[in-house]
Parts: sequence; structure tokens; C-alpha cells
Amino acid sequence: MTSAIKVSNLHVTIEGSHVLQGVSLDVPNGGVTALLGRNGVGKTTTLKALLGLVPSTGDVAIMGRDVRGWPTHRIVNLGVGYVPEDRDVFAGLTVEENLRLAERSAAPRYDDVFSLFPELRERARQRAGTLSGGQQQMVSIARAMLNGWPLLLIDEPSKGLAPRLVSELAEVLERVAQLATVLLVEQNLAVVKRLAQRVVVLDHGEVVHEGDPSELDDPLVARRFLGVAGAS
Amino acid sequence: MSVFLTLAFSGVALGSIYFLAASGLSLIYGLMDILNFAHGLFMTIGAYVAWDVATHLPASWGAPVLFIIAMVASVLGGSLAAGLTEVFIIRPLYGRPISQILVTIGLDLAVVGLLLGGFGSNSLSIPVPLWLIEASHLGHVSLPNSDFVALIAGLVVLVVLEWFLRRSRYGIIIRAGVENRDMVSALGINVGRAFTLVFVIGGAMAGLAGLLYAVVFSGDLIAPTQGDSLLIFAFIVVVIGGLGSIRGSAVAALIVGLVQDYTNYYLGSHSGMAEIGNLSVVLLLAIVLEWRPRGLFQGTL
Repeated sequence: MTSAIKVSNLHVTIEGSHVLQGVSLDVPNGGVTALLGRNGVGKTTTLKALLGLVPSTGDVAIMGRDVRGWPTHRIVNLGVGYVPEDRDVFAGLTVEENLRLAERSAAPRYDDVFSLFPELRERARQRAGTLSGGQQQMVSIARAMLNGWPLLLIDEPSKGLAPRLVSELAEVLERVAQLATVLLVEQNLAVVKRLAQRVVVLDHGEVVHEGDPSELDDPLVARRFLGVAGAS
Repeated sequence: MSVFLTLAFSGVALGSIYFLAASGLSLIYGLMDILNFAHGLFMTIGAYVAWDVATHLPASWGAPVLFIIAMVASVLGGSLAAGLTEVFIIRPLYGRPISQILVTIGLDLAVVGLLLGGFGSNSLSIPVPLWLIEASHLGHVSLPNSDFVALIAGLVVLVVLEWFLRRSRYGIIIRAGVENRDMVSALGINVGRAFTLVFVIGGAMAGLAGLLYAVVFSGDLIAPTQGDSLLIFAFIVVVIGGLGSIRGSAVAALIVGLVQDYTNYYLGSHSGMAEIGNLSVVLLLAIVLEWRPRGLFQGTL
């Protein structure tokens, strides 16, 4: 069985700063792998490099295909949904147009999307820029899962959401993760422990730890790798 | 009063042509961050292709038919020139904005030079139907028929362009790309195709603008450098309207056309004031930028 994502020795330099310094990681098929680390260690850059959104060197295989040098749209069409940090909905487009833009298969799964987010059906004609942060997150997740793709890259989905929404979001992601392999960047340890089967910790542009989410219960581990007190 | 109205009408006609020239520039900048200095060239090529086609077809077809064919030819000529420019010259330079600006300037200089070499610096005359040189009379107001053609062309293009951007799949891709190009490719869409498409659309409108400017404001004469002088005003319109905004371009084009027309007539006849119309447009630009540095309709397509 090939891995969903296999990265070795990935380097990224942005404007002279060496952001990723030889990241190697392996995301198995199925389940949720969480990518953790302090702010600025290169989690978001790792996702962007996987999608070809930033220039990188090193080996990247996605679902067994060597995608070095591929343009972003070609990588995505292997079946990779992307929920970026800050959601990146198209503010001037309606909810409907945002979703329509994401259609890449003959039979987009609007049923799945609307059963998960009934609100989006009601707000189809509303401009995405006028939605609340939580609603924009729904649009962003809906876009990524509309085609029933096997792999999702989800970047800090809980960022900027009210605590009540974060637990709703975790519930949604739990259901999403039953349909696809997920590589999740997340700072909220409670969400990570609820969703992830594996955690990978980045520090200074390198993978420094891989293991089981339960290890995060140890406050020393949490502090050492993440600079946070363990969520208990 | 009738002079005032006639001027209003020709100002709107001038604005229509500025809109045709500017909206493509604005779309190209909005989607691709490219200041396309070859846009004036597309106008010139549109006019020359129209001239070439119209003067090589049999005159027995009649001037009205030939003129319609010339308009179609200007659209095709402009869009073809723009499409080729995007694919062969702009595309290899994606992500290098300075190189793109320089190469579009160089292309413009080179092709204008070739046209000067091939056709000479003398203006060429486009065959037009007689009624296009005549005027219609509404009461005491006399309105040149050619102004109507410019006005209708501008309106039709505005409506079609708005429809295309609002309703079609590629229109949605273009609007989304103006906001966030990376996210469009992260949805699996080949943005490169949208790039070529905006160049083709922009070139089509520019080609038509080149022909209509010659017919409406230049006594049916075309010259190799005409597009370049029109380009300056197109850039001013784009900046006043807000880079990337089609509605902004439409409104700014009308304002610029009217201001230029009125100041030219009322002030331009005094000695030493021949260029006052152009100066007024630059002053207008300065005032708008002082008041709204990102143009009238910033960030809305």
C-alpha cells in the first residue's frame, strides 16, 4: 500500500529565508495525520509546497505519483482538496459561485456538502465576503470535499473561530475524515487529540517528532515541541 | 445650449472608445498583475487589419458592408495579436513583472517601427459609408452619426462583458482569479488558460477601439502611433477607475471623455491652450488619486 503523501528532504526558501530545511514525512492512507509545531516553523509552507504553490526542492509523491515540477492545478486534480489558512473564500463571489468554481468532477457531491452544512444551501446567493468567519470556513471545507477526493490538506481550520464553533468544527471534520485521508495543521490540541491518529511535529523547518497523539498529554512533551502547556 | 449637448454626446462617444481600450487593460492587470504596454499595439493592429481587409475587398460590396467587415476584422486582428503575445511572449515570463513590462514596451516599439517601415508615416484612409460622416439632427442639436456607432459599440461591449463575467464559468474563474490567483489553481483550475483568454478579450476590444478612434475622431485616418497615444488615456482611465475594475473603467472612461471634450472646446481655442484637454485629464487623475489613491472602484470587478 502506497502512502497518501511521501515527502523526503523537502527544502523551501522564501525571500532568502530557509523555511523548510529537509522535511521528510509520510502520511499513510486513511485517518487524520496532524502536523504540529510552533508558529512560523513551516507548517503552512509544507502544505503549500505539497501543492506546488511555493517553489521547493526535494521529493514529493502524492498517491504514489512523483509530482516534482508539476503545476498546482495538475497536482490538485490527482484528487487533493485544500482548505487554506484564513479560508481564502472568494469574497466577491456568491457561495454558489465559490462552490461551482470548485466542481472538478461530473457528479459533484452537493448532497454530502449540504447535509454537512445545510446553511450553505440557504445562503447560496450571498456574497462569501459578507459571511461570518465560521460560515466562510464552511464554504472553504465544502469546496475541498465537493469532488469526493481521497486526500484533504486542511490548514488551521479552528483559527479565529469562537470556542463553541471549534467543537462544531471538530465534529464536522470527524465526519469529513471518514471519507478521506486528512493532513491537518492545527494549533488547538483538544481538536488534534480528538481527530488525529498520528502527529508529526515540525521545528525549525524539520520534523523533530512523530508519534501518537496521546503523547501530547505529557505537558513536558507538549511544551518542548509546541511551546504550549499541554491541554489536559 | 445645443453646442453643450453636442459636446456631451461626443464626450460620451470618446468615453466609449476609452472604455473599449481600458477595460482589457484593467482585466489583464487585475488577473495577472501585468501592466500591458503592448495594448496600444493591439489597437493599432486592429485598425491596420481593418484597413487591409476593407481596401482589398471589392468596392462593389458597398461601403456599409465593407465597414461592418472592417469592424469584425479589427476585433479578430486585435484578439489574434493579443493571444499570440500572451502565449509566446508573456507566458515564458510569468512571475517576472518587470521583464513583462519591458518586453511589452519593446514589442510595441518594434511592431510600430515595422508598420512605419511597411506603410510609411502617412496616414491611411479607412473606407466608410457616407452616413457615418454625416450628422443627425434632434431639434437644434446636431449629432454626428459616427458618435452613435462608438456609443453603441461601447454599450454592447459593456453589457456582453458584464454578462460574461457574471454568468459564464470562465467569467467566474476570471473574477475569482482577480481576487486570489493561487486559490483558483488550488481548486484544480488551469489559470494559464484564463490568462490567455483575458488577453484575447482585451485585444478584441482594443482592436475595435483602434478602428473606431480612427473613424470617429481622426477623420477615418489610421497611423502607426495612434494606438500609443490612445494607450496613455486608457491607462489614465484604468487608474482613475481602479485597477482591475470593469465598472470603474466604464465610469472613469465617461468622465475622462467628457472632461477632455469640454475643456478642449471651451478653453482649447485660446492661443497656447491647444493641449488643455490633455492637461485637464492629467489634472483629473491627480485630483482623483489625491482623494482616492486606489481609484474610484477599488477592488470590485
